[in-house]
Amino acid sequence: MITLARADRSLVARWWWSVDRWTLAAILLLALIGALLGMAASPAVAERIGVAPFHFVHRQLAYLPLAVAVLIGTSLLSADGVRRVALAGFGVGLVLLAATPIVGDEIKGATRWLSLGGLTIQPSEFVKPTFAVVAAWLFAGQRWDPAFPGNVVAIALLALVVGLLARQPDVGMATMVTVVWCAQFFLAGLALGWLVLCALGGVGLLGLGYVLLPHVSDRIDQFLDPSSGDTYQSDVAMMAIEQGGFFGRGPGQGQVKDILPDAHADYIFAVAAEEFGSLACLLIIVLFAFVTLRAFARASGDRSLFGLLAVTGLATQFGLQALINMAVNVRLLPPKGMTLPFVSYGGSSLLALALGMGMLLALTRRRYDGGAEP
Amino acid sequence: MTSTSPAMRLSLSLEAAGRPRVNVEGEVKRAVELARRRMAFAAVLFAFSFIVLAGRIAEIALLGGADAPVGAREAAEHTVGRADIVDRNGALIATNLPTASLYADPRAVIDVDETARALAGALPGLDVDHLRRKLASPRSFVWLERGLAPAQQAGVHALGLPGIAFVDEERRVYPQGSLLAHVLGYTDIDNQGIAGVEKTLDETLRRQAIDGKGPLALSLDVCAQAILREELARSVETFRALGATGLILDPTNGEVLALASLPDFDPNQPVSEATDEQRFNRATLGVYEMGSIFKVFTTAMALDYGVVGLADGFDATSPIRVARYTINDTHPKARWLSVPEVFIYSSNIGSAKMGAAVGAERQRAFLDRVGLLDPLTLELPEVGQPMEPGTWGELTTMTVAFGHGVAVTPIQTAAAFAALVNGGTLIHPTLLKRAPGPVPGKRVVDKTTSDVMRALLRLVVVDGTGKGANVPGYSVGGKTGTAEKASARGYRRDALLSSFIAAFPMDAPRFVVLVTLDEPKGTEETFGYATGGWTAAPTVRRIIERLAPLYGLAPVAHEPIEDEMAVTFGGTSTLASLSAP
Repeated sequence: MITLARADRSLVARWWWSVDRWTLAAILLLALIGALLGMAASPAVAERIGVAPFHFVHRQLAYLPLAVAVLIGTSLLSADGVRRVALAGFGVGLVLLAATPIVGDEIKGATRWLSLGGLTIQPSEFVKPTFAVVAAWLFAGQRWDPAFPGNVVAIALLALVVGLLARQPDVGMATMVTVVWCAQFFLAGLALGWLVLCALGGVGLLGLGYVLLPHVSDRIDQFLDPSSGDTYQSDVAMMAIEQGGFFGRGPGQGQVKDILPDAHADYIFAVAAEEFGSLACLLIIVLFAFVTLRAFARASGDRSLFGLLAVTGLATQFGLQALINMAVNVRLLPPKGMTLPFVSYGGSSLLALALGMGMLLALTRRRYDGGAEP
Repeated sequence: MTSTSPAMRLSLSLEAAGRPRVNVEGEVKRAVELARRRMAFAAVLFAFSFIVLAGRIAEIALLGGADAPVGAREAAEHTVGRADIVDRNGALIATNLPTASLYADPRAVIDVDETARALAGALPGLDVDHLRRKLASPRSFVWLERGLAPAQQAGVHALGLPGIAFVDEERRVYPQGSLLAHVLGYTDIDNQGIAGVEKTLDETLRRQAIDGKGPLALSLDVCAQAILREELARSVETFRALGATGLILDPTNGEVLALASLPDFDPNQPVSEATDEQRFNRATLGVYEMGSIFKVFTTAMALDYGVVGLADGFDATSPIRVARYTINDTHPKARWLSVPEVFIYSSNIGSAKMGAAVGAERQRAFLDRVGLLDPLTLELPEVGQPMEPGTWGELTTMTVAFGHGVAVTPIQTAAAFAALVNGGTLIHPTLLKRAPGPVPGKRVVDKTTSDVMRALLRLVVVDGTGKGANVPGYSVGGKTGTAEKASARGYRRDALLSSFIAAFPMDAPRFVVLVTLDEPKGTEETFGYATGGWTAAPTVRRIIERLAPLYGLAPVAHEPIEDEMAVTFGGTSTLASLSAP
């Protein structure tokens, strides 16, 4: 074990002593759990779609070191570094997002993916965390100097991002981005009246989605009345959780992975419940809650508004995505294709999450100036 | 103050426009404070959500909060628990075997063609095109195959097809095969009773399964049933009969110990494969003119009404001509016959006159009293409605007296017969095991009438038409019956329904045995005769020969019934003394 002296002023040493090692450990543990569950769940899916049994496992394991590198690399950044990376990433992401409908691949009725030399990426995954940081900077800038048109620019950017996402269409991602943005705006001092208006607007948009997009209305109808249509995946997921009991059927003994098309992705939580039991699920919940709430706690000690808003945005994104995914698995929410961060299969999503959490780690590093604005 | 971001540079340059720095810093501080407070709110919201999620997980794991999927729910409605059925001695005659049934949720099937091909490969009985049609339907639930064997289930399971699932079901199984087919009946594929005891007691069987009350015990005895069915089958073969029916009844409490109808079927096989003839329960659903067996009722009613005494007699020298009909004797004595002689020689002429002496009204009232004119309710849905003539005139009275004109089911015949030999009490027959002890019944004749009938019935076997049924030492008594089967063009001389009804031991009957053969043909041994005395009586004899030892009855050297007969017939048990002067 390499020991680093506290007096060591090297970059690595400074990082090691200032980074939130507990959060880092929790994230790495989630990624490890994800790799394990992927091994359990994805061979069944791979077999079903006719690729080599460990196709998904291999891909995920190839992405994992890359993701860890991105995570740690990003966490080495200073607050300014994070801001710059986010701005650059957001800019590139926006361009790719705009390009997706033109050059992207259509999968299951939506065009969300771009092929970049054998690598398929989902630009929206990268827009999501970088936009949170950019929005934080814009809101903070407005507070710092009322003459800086941060709010207006943030609103314009949100409209742009949501517009691009709706074009794919990706209602879930658009909703997520909007919710996180609203949360940040709220923290940045948005008057409560506006917040209520914002919430109403959100409900209105959802209603619009319900009316205009058939798959959205289907899902909500089915959630409200399970007998009205296809609740197959959530039914099976519920049965799996019930079957698993507290200690699970044992690794590899699960059956849902054989029948759930999305066992390795959106319904990985159900696989975990069936094979490893509810206690394992509780561990996963605790890990997500830990990472989210600890980020909030660290951020509240931050004296810089930007850091506070950025961390809150990133943590909200991370925690909300995890919550929604798990809530869908236990049928507390209508089915929504949202992955479980770090646990579900998905290379591009893994890298984007690593980037986001890397930024979160960077911004929650202990700073001697308490993170005060310069 | 080491880094200078673009934003900060921007703000700094704006600050240069004249805003005091300290105010901005104060404002930012306040903003941070506000953000912190609001963040605490967001954090609480998050913590609460995570706790709800954890609670939900615990709830599902602990209480099974999951509703079964729609398909499985639908399937569960098809599966109902059913109690086992056992015979009177506890032998298992109907039980359930766990099986799996295959269903599909077509909307969850990803590749219809591939799924159909794979399933047809695993279950060769299924047709690919048929499967494809089912799997392509827009419904959420279709059965694909019911009652899979474990190996088949494993085979399909191994395919790992999405949208394909199993429901655990139970399949009704009858370990005795066709032995009790007509009593037990059968269930449909959803385990709902649709015939026999399974149908009548459907509710009871299901309730008993839910209450965990154990099996349902029938009055039947598989050993007695096996004897009855085997001997009936033997006679059907020997006499090349179309079919046969028989039953064994306990006259003291109405319990049916055996009940068979041939041809029968195997309820374990799909019932649709059985013919109508096989599924027809002759014993309880079929109504037949029982022929001379009715003379038992005629004689008993004449004695009971006091119309005749044993010393009376009727002139049987010449056939009776009524309207355009002629009533003849099958075993003509062509002389004056005493009442016992009329009975034991089975004289149609004598019986017709006896019936006429009783009169139409009283005859009908008596037959009604012994339960021969109404359907006999039983623990079976297959119960026949007796047929009686629309107008009950003098001719009818005469023909009914010797067993033509009224059609009844074999089981009600046996029940009425039992009343005449058990001391005069009509006891409702049952297929369910009765608790020991006296069973309430309805008195239909005096005890003395019953006593005389026992003696007369014994005499039929000793000296009359029923000699073929005699089993030495067991005091068998009984009556033959040979009816010409009715057809659209009247009675057919060549198509007989040959029966024998017996009770034994005659001093205190413990068993009533009825055998009816449908269109038996005479053999060399019977000198070509196919009447009840030549075909059904020996069948009854063989049944009694095997049944009596089974119930621990040993043959006795001196039969007590002979003493009774001596008293009844005035100092003699021989026929000679009974002859009319």
